Amino acid sequence: MLKTEPYVLNMGPQHPSTHGVFRMELLLDGETVVDMRPIMGYLHRGIEKLSEERSYTQCIPFTDRMDYLSSMTGNLSLCLAIEKLAGIEVSERAKYLRVIMAELQRIASHLFGVGTFIDDCGASGTPFLYMLREREKLIDLFEMASGARLTYSYIRPGGVMRDVPDEFWPAVRRFVAEMPRYIDEYEQLLTGNEILRARTIGVGILPREQAINASASGPVLRGSGVKWDLRKADPYCVYDRFDFDIPTGKQGDAFDRYFVRVQEMRQSVRILEQAIRDIPSGDPLPKVALFFHPPAGDAYGRSETPRGELGFYLVSDGSIAPYRFKIRSPSFINITALCDMVVGWRIADAVAITGSIDIVMGEVDR
Amino acid sequence: MTQSLSGEQVANRVREVLPNAVVKADGIDLYLRSEAMLDVCRFLKEAPDMEMDYLTSITGVDYMDYLEVVYHLTSIARNHSVVVKTKLYDRAAPELPSVISLWQGAEFQEREVYDFFGIIFTGHPDLRRILMWDGYANFPLRKDYLGLNYGQRPALVE
Repeated sequence: MLKTEPYVLNMGPQHPSTHGVFRMELLLDGETVVDMRPIMGYLHRGIEKLSEERSYTQCIPFTDRMDYLSSMTGNLSLCLAIEKLAGIEVSERAKYLRVIMAELQRIASHLFGVGTFIDDCGASGTPFLYMLREREKLIDLFEMASGARLTYSYIRPGGVMRDVPDEFWPAVRRFVAEMPRYIDEYEQLLTGNEILRARTIGVGILPREQAINASASGPVLRGSGVKWDLRKADPYCVYDRFDFDIPTGKQGDAFDRYFVRVQEMRQSVRILEQAIRDIPSGDPLPKVALFFHPPAGDAYGRSETPRGELGFYLVSDGSIAPYRFKIRSPSFINITALCDMVVGWRIADAVAITGSIDIVMGEVDR
Repeated sequence: MTQSLSGEQVANRVREVLPNAVVKADGIDLYLRSEAMLDVCRFLKEAPDMEMDYLTSITGVDYMDYLEVVYHLTSIARNHSVVVKTKLYDRAAPELPSVISLWQGAEFQEREVYDFFGIIFTGHPDLRRILMWDGYANFPLRKDYLGLNYGQRPALVE
């Protein structure tokens, strides 16, 4: 009998499949993971403290730099919290523009999330580049609207930065018309792919009860079969006017989380079709001054980002800057259950499971 | 639409079971005694008309005179939510029972509150710093720890 002993493997912080600077301390028995300790904070910039010394509007660029793959929804969450705190009204056109931007952003983020996940599962390059091809068109759309390609700061308290230019509409209509065909293409390439199914079905199961108990949100929660999406459960903007479904998984494995993301892209296209058809004319610009004093008190505003529930808990003391600026970031809380998901699987599976959660370290570390 | 239960409404239910737990309740918030936190949370999670199965967020706020811990609880089963708060007056060693036995989601969030405010959650199995590094001496989100602008608010342009 060969004498063996457990072995500690440091995966990260500089590792291509940890999606940034995330470190997993894996305790291994051969190739099997016995225990895992997540270590984070390498990208901590103290955004919560910095925000206490800035006015509410000046805090918006921070949200671009948290979840940098979905800046629009970060802007939106913060603006919803500020508007709740200060009682700011938003015009109808701005609400529709916000929905359009949030759904375009969801598609862009899921394309990247699914692409890197497939990359982690070993299909290096090819599917990922197909997805970046479509993401590029989305980034062009965002550039038309906001002038930036990644850090938009487009959504502002009380409205949006400016109305979209005329050339935006034909481009977004073309994108919405083409996108279902591209999603079919990915599904043809991936969903039935035997290697992907062998690598992901039954791997890293997060049971339904544990997903709720561990405060998971977004596709991680829905992959485990919980029909909980803030766009339906607690509608904001004008989501209650659109007809769409919430895709859920069956058993909560890595494949279900992948599949939920792909189906969500289809639903986003459905919402976009309706929003583009129904958008009213009007002025989407904010009607509040750049600096304003919300009344003393607190408010919790949230929205469904591609990664889950991004919430902001703001406390105002009646001054120009937030007294407390708390970020409830979905990536950070979604990795609570990661340890239980990877234990018992091989190292290569741990990579696939981490990829299926789709974390962004800018948001984990803040 | 998620229904926000008022503090009074929840306080009346809590008083039936734990008469001494509630300090104050108004239309929005529910303030509890810190020692009773775990018992009240267990009640809110298990009572059939509450069913707070989802811990949305735990956070701290430093009000100088006292530290406040804020719990946002949600029920996915019933689609309602409540905000529960508690005040801690001992700045040197603020203590609060951990709710990790009820919600696994508290694990990282309580570590974060400890990391930023120095609040000790008794019963947490692994209460270490999470975003700041081990051996860091301060609790950076307390108001006596000054940031890059030394606590200066932005100049007001009227």
